[in-house]
Amino acid sequence: MSLARRFLVAASALAASPLLLAQSLSMNLPAQVAAGSAFSIPTTGSGQGALTIAGPGQALRRSVQLGSPVSLPAGVLYNAGEYVAVLSNGADEQAGLFEVTPAQQPSSLSFLAEPSRLPVDLQDGISGTVYVFDVYHNLILRPMPVSFNLSASSGPSQTRTVPTLDGVSWTRMNSAAREGSAHFVAQADGVTSTRVVDEVPGDPCNLSMTATPDGGKAKLQTSPVRDCSGNPIPDGTVVTFTASFDGRQSTVDVPLKRDVAEVEMPLPPGATVSVASGVVAGNEIHWSGR
Amino acid sequence: MIRRLLLFGCALALPLAACAQDSAVQVLPPDLHGSRPLEALTATAVVRDYLESWKSFRTALDENAPQLLDEDFVGTALTKLSATIAEQSKLGIHTRYVDGTHRLRIVFYSPDGLSIQIVDRVDYNQQVMQGNTVIATQPVHARYIVVLTPSQTRWQVRVFQASAE
Repeated sequence: MSLARRFLVAASALAASPLLLAQSLSMNLPAQVAAGSAFSIPTTGSGQGALTIAGPGQALRRSVQLGSPVSLPAGVLYNAGEYVAVLSNGADEQAGLFEVTPAQQPSSLSFLAEPSRLPVDLQDGISGTVYVFDVYHNLILRPMPVSFNLSASSGPSQTRTVPTLDGVSWTRMNSAAREGSAHFVAQADGVTSTRVVDEVPGDPCNLSMTATPDGGKAKLQTSPVRDCSGNPIPDGTVVTFTASFDGRQSTVDVPLKRDVAEVEMPLPPGATVSVASGVVAGNEIHWSGR
Repeated sequence: MIRRLLLFGCALALPLAACAQDSAVQVLPPDLHGSRPLEALTATAVVRDYLESWKSFRTALDENAPQLLDEDFVGTALTKLSATIAEQSKLGIHTRYVDGTHRLRIVFYSPDGLSIQIVDRVDYNQQVMQGNTVIATQPVHARYIVVLTPSQTRWQVRVFQASAE
């Protein structure tokens, strides 16, 4: 063989050697695997090697008999995300990227209902936000219908179904007309989460009082104090009576007792008395003494 | 509307310039599917805190130092990242996330104001390292879904999850 020919053969062999090496060590990564599922990665090559998998969610290593598939049993790789896999035989490495996707089935809902206590008869007063997670606490990103149901102790329940977008779904509901505890339930693919919302009477509505003489004083008494839906205002709610006469003012705060507030005040004829509770003002009476 | 977006962009420009020394950051105008309006100051704070959390994440996984996560991560995200660092230490590896670009957008602000969701399209190189030796480098184009919740002083990352772009 001439020197030139020998050189060509040697050069060809050298050129081919990296390709041979690359072919000797390789793996066939799946593009995606579901969180927690079993899967295997076929490898080529010979001898012992190691497979390292690293991502923000997990890091693990398995010994490999090169040329055989590496099996990862169920429950080994379970955090969703992007992973780099590195196959090495001590002298060479092969790397690739694959994705772990969230499991299909939801396992838990992060359900926040706000507020936990609110007045009755409030439009869009209650909000519910749900994040849907799989058994490994991965946020399930595929669109999934979430059903929201708000049922009060009386009156019809409200139901809405809102699909998730990137794992989250939300809605708003009205509070019921009657006071009581309402159950706010979120449900996704058979997984439910419940919150209790206290619906309490709203502000007093049509606050009014009467004044009657009682000895030398005036007896002031409200009619039963209720909100605009007819719910009685809780005992202890403060009602304020204010008397004005000759540029002077006197005020008495009285807690509601059995829906009614009453008080005796010394009122000179010609005085003006008014009633209020919180921000709600009631009627005004010009006292004649009779 | 356009004026509002411009104002929003200007409000973000300064803090982002400070945050984004190591990578190119593009903040897209919010595209909210929640009902709560998002104030520009809130958006600025959320984006600033989120980018800070990336710095902590990168350093923590490079140095296998889980304590660096405590200020920026909470809940599931903190648990998972801390566990990953423990696994890396056990294997004798560390991971370097060499930032390329972030294109992020706030997509959800919950009606109660207690959670904000960001979608961040990130390009970076992930290097798996053993000591000072790079075992492998892979370019990653990922779509990160991030949920942040407020703490007393800042927004913290509660969900930090990537999917393939």
